[in-house]
Amino acid sequence: MDSAISEQGADRPDDRPPALRSTADNGLKIVIVGGFGVGKTTMVRSVSEIRPLNTEETMTKAGEAVDDTAGVATKTATTVAFDFGRITLDAHNVLYLFGAPGQERFWFLWDRLFSGTLGAVVLVDTRRLADSWYAIDRLEHHGTPFVVACNDFGGPAHTPEQVREALDLPEGVPLVFCDARSRESSKDVLISLIQHLQAYPAPLTPEPAP
Amino acid sequence: MSRRRPGRDDSPDRLYTLTGGRSSSGSDVFDLVTLIVAECDPVPGMQSEHAAILRMSRFPTAVVEIAAELELPVSIVRILLADLLGTGRISARHPRTAHGSAHSSYRLPDPDILEQVLVGLRNL
Repeated sequence: MDSAISEQGADRPDDRPPALRSTADNGLKIVIVGGFGVGKTTMVRSVSEIRPLNTEETMTKAGEAVDDTAGVATKTATTVAFDFGRITLDAHNVLYLFGAPGQERFWFLWDRLFSGTLGAVVLVDTRRLADSWYAIDRLEHHGTPFVVACNDFGGPAHTPEQVREALDLPEGVPLVFCDARSRESSKDVLISLIQHLQAYPAPLTPEPAP
Repeated sequence: MSRRRPGRDDSPDRLYTLTGGRSSSGSDVFDLVTLIVAECDPVPGMQSEHAAILRMSRFPTAVVEIAAELELPVSIVRILLADLLGTGRISARHPRTAHGSAHSSYRLPDPDILEQVLVGLRNL
């Protein structure tokens, strides 16, 4: 296959996502966390102005594992793949949506990848609520504000109270139901996150001296 | 077309060659969503990845978009970008949200930014 970094490949205008405006100067992030098959990429796709792209981050930790056979220190690499999409909000602000797996190794890279995120959406499948426990626990641990969005797979309906109880969700965390295939519905999830952030308790900072 | 997975299918040798074996020092200034803008055109003899970055960032392009396009891990792209920034070939527009150091805990975004995001989303 052709290489994107060959002289020819890098200049394919047809395969390139539409360029941002030259005034764009502020990139923002929201992370959509959820288990496999829960609809993260679907949600990214439904609101993104570009076809979702995929990339990876690798973090190598030297000397942590020892190869028994050779008896020498080897390197262990943590690799996390994630999808992302893009929404141009105005002349300056561009919002990037990242769909990321909630598995354990992912959280090792959270600070490296997603520090500075506005907040997170935990996308859940009500048929597999237990898949979300770990992600919710880690977000609470990190102090990252989040909303929980139940993707509608057409299964038996659950009441919000049932979902809250099953997830052991604190009262202050918004719970919304959505259809990740729908642009409007996914947009509403993002809006609910921003509204949650606006109401989020401000950190305790010392009053400036009079 | 089956896309290669960046990093995963690359031999470590290739990644080593791309970066001249350097580690990530100095490249942490680049957030995933730092917008890169080329300040010049590629010149003959330039490393092909550097040239590709300059071509794709004629308009602002996020670090993560560059990584996806080059099919390279973000950490490698950060090193390539540090080269270009160090020689003045690109400029970097860093995110303006409240943004602590890499190991600080969450900091609430600027209320003005939140309002702009809300307006932008509602206008979609």
